[in-house]
Amino acid sequence: YINTRVLRGLQSGLSSDRLWSFSSTASVAARSYSHGKQETDEEFDARWVTYFNKPDIDAWELRKGMNTLIGYDLVPEPKILEAALRACRRLNDLASAIRILEAVKDKSGPHKEIYPYVLQELRPTLSELGIPTPEELGIDKA
Amino acid sequence: MEMLHLTAGRVAGLLSRRGVAVFSTSGVKMASHGGVTEQTDMSVPLYCDRLDTPLPDRPYKDTLSAADKSLKQKEKGPWNSLSKEEKLALYRIMFNETYAEMKKPTGEWKTVLGGIFFFIGFTGLVVLWQRYYVYPPHPRTLDDEWQAMQVKRMLDMRVNPVEGFSAKWDYEKGQWK
Repeated sequence: YINTRVLRGLQSGLSSDRLWSFSSTASVAARSYSHGKQETDEEFDARWVTYFNKPDIDAWELRKGMNTLIGYDLVPEPKILEAALRACRRLNDLASAIRILEAVKDKSGPHKEIYPYVLQELRPTLSELGIPTPEELGIDKA
Repeated sequence: MEMLHLTAGRVAGLLSRRGVAVFSTSGVKMASHGGVTEQTDMSVPLYCDRLDTPLPDRPYKDTLSAADKSLKQKEKGPWNSLSKEEKLALYRIMFNETYAEMKKPTGEWKTVLGGIFFFIGFTGLVVLWQRYYVYPPHPRTLDDEWQAMQVKRMLDMRVNPVEGFSAKWDYEKGQWK
């Protein structure tokens, strides 16, 4: 997931070749236990990518997954979102795909750099699947 | 012996709660004239517009027109072949308000502030009316004339002559210092 600590790297330039990387020593779990092995960021991301990549995922699982993910105190990594968008494609649900993008923008809160970064990373997928951004549809303004 | 005093009122309360439980399963339409108010069926998946729930339990429109149905069929094909209007229509079938619409400021604060000022103003009018119609006449000890005589009496008996009241009066010149 995108931790706001790492946003400093973003400010140095949103180029496609990463000038920064997540510190692999960071073990910030989505849940805070006082004991037990903490899940790393990479494990968290991988778990969610696997969830959405299920070939025969059903609509309920998509909704449950997205609503749960949005409930966490983080913005999901683009690779998780890509898996979710592809799941929407398998379920023939364009509206939910657009909704997911709206939710990502909302989750970013005051950190306005996150959403353009996510869109930039998702651009190939969006073009391939034909998913418009809320801005392209004009629904980003009330 | 200190026992729990189950008063009649307490017993009635317990029993009435049981009674309400029996009635409430059939819908919360109590003894009204005919129960015209529509009651949401909470036993089926409901739609909601919530920022923290991007994908509600059911689509917004569940009865689709023929045009909508054919659009849903088209949705099964490549999305690149959908026009912008069609994509927007698909969104609106599934969802009621967009995130932007959900987050739109309501201007409710103006109503709240206006209401506050209105009722403060109304209270002011009530207080004014009270002043003229409710309060009894002033006691005569508050008249200027009486107050002057009172001050003279206090000075004559040298009230607080060291540091307080009379200390501020110049007895030679007959005026305040």
